[in-house]
Amino acid sequence: MKLNLNRRQMLSLAAGGAALAATGAANTVQAQVATKARIVIIGAGAGGTALANRLVARLDGAEITLIDPRVDHLYQPGLSLVAAGLKPANYVVSRTADWLPKGVTLVAEAAAAIDPVAKTVSTASGQSIGYDFLVVAPGLVLDHDAIEGFSLDMVGQNGIGALYAGPQYAAATWKAAQAYTETGGVGLFTRPATEMKCAGAPLKHTFLIEDIARTAGTRGKLDVHYMANNDSLFGVPIVSEKVRMLFGDRGITPEYSHVLKSLDAGAKTATFDTPTGPVTHEYDYIHVIPPQRAPEVIRQSGLNWADKWTDQGWVECDKATLRHLRYDTIWALGDVAGVPKGKTAASVKWQVPVVEDGLVAAIEGRDPTETYNGYTSCPMITRVGRAMLIEFDYNNNLTPSFPGIIAPLEELWISWLMKEVALKATYNAMLRGRA
Amino acid sequence: MKDLTFGTILAVFEEIFGRGLFWTMVVAAVVVTVAYVYVLIRDHSISWRKFLLAQLSMPVGSVAAIWFVLAMTNSKLSNLGGPVDIIVFLGIAGVGAIGTAILVYTIQSLIRPRQ
Repeated sequence: MKLNLNRRQMLSLAAGGAALAATGAANTVQAQVATKARIVIIGAGAGGTALANRLVARLDGAEITLIDPRVDHLYQPGLSLVAAGLKPANYVVSRTADWLPKGVTLVAEAAAAIDPVAKTVSTASGQSIGYDFLVVAPGLVLDHDAIEGFSLDMVGQNGIGALYAGPQYAAATWKAAQAYTETGGVGLFTRPATEMKCAGAPLKHTFLIEDIARTAGTRGKLDVHYMANNDSLFGVPIVSEKVRMLFGDRGITPEYSHVLKSLDAGAKTATFDTPTGPVTHEYDYIHVIPPQRAPEVIRQSGLNWADKWTDQGWVECDKATLRHLRYDTIWALGDVAGVPKGKTAASVKWQVPVVEDGLVAAIEGRDPTETYNGYTSCPMITRVGRAMLIEFDYNNNLTPSFPGIIAPLEELWISWLMKEVALKATYNAMLRGRA
Repeated sequence: MKDLTFGTILAVFEEIFGRGLFWTMVVAAVVVTVAYVYVLIRDHSISWRKFLLAQLSMPVGSVAAIWFVLAMTNSKLSNLGGPVDIIVFLGIAGVGAIGTAILVYTIQSLIRPRQ
């Protein structure tokens, strides 16, 4: 067989390939906006870090300050994998400072007060930082004290798990959960009645522990109960129905309107608030997810909603632009935003360009064009090796990224592969402002 | 996915493997491909003897690729759940097979140029 390629043709082929590679490598460069604006971002988590990276690329001359005392940056979507023994605790840990761009200032302190009229933020040490524009992205607070009889030092022993509390607690949760998959008994998987970050995580933990026991051949010894906070299993009705069917298949008993109130670690009993009064259940394993609230500084500074989520204190903002409804130089970003959905890293990925556009538009004196539609994504792991790639918006519509290819309500290997391989990478790319 | 551009995909791949390893792999793939085209042009023909061994290596390459992906992602064959999973699975096997065939053919041609 003869090939009709000569040397010159081969060279042009190689050159073509190189040109293609070069085109791909070049990032889209937007014209920088010159400004002297002082921008303060409270919080250097997923939202604050991604926004800082994008603003540095977008603005020329802005003075950008992040305020956050946390030395470690946590890749929180990985916590459910740590709590199922699939990843080590350090899988989720990196350093806050390593993700920040050059040219921004990190004040490693907690924000203690915000004065939206004088436009200043005071830190824990009393330093006062003035701003022209403020982005509030401190994340949320896990209110463990709200569960009577529970404290974090109990996690990992006597059948108590609490994976939200951080990497070491997620690893300790796996210790307790693993023991449960071996010895069996009653497992209670709870979730709080407040808004919460990643409402899929309580379900994932339930599915994973059940699946691990099934694989180990001990499933028959487990009596698994999912304690829903209201009369549904997930905020999006069509997903809730799918989960109900999966629970049916897997022999997981849903208990509706059971909100964990207290536990007695010695007696291994947990008491739940239900519509008919408190109900006490015995357990061999319990997974505790506490109520979640905005940090105290939000409420003390009067940035929260007055008539919504009054026990939780989320920032009062427009759900499409994320701009504060009373102070037009303030935006909310991430978990702290008082919007109906969106307490996930995937939501942050959608929110960051909206806040960025709002800020840049304000600097340029034009109207913003980007809006947030409530996009939230949850790779709902149903087994080790399978997940459902569930994406939805404010209206409870499913918004699949790959319609016709990756079915949102189907348990698929490809969705698991994306969670395993691509999710953390996409998250990291987002932190760097590149995705 | 928001803004699923080529640049985003590149950024994600850099994060998966690390920037150094990713670009090393890209360079390795380009080198093997260029070497393959080079030997084809140099020899002005396909050596069917070498191609036979390359073909024989294809099943090995496909199984190795699948094994690698399963092992790296805590998965097992029974996790395949829908049509798209089968397509991805066959795609991985295909890439492994073709990649190995090209590699084996190129190595043979470089070691023993003309027979």
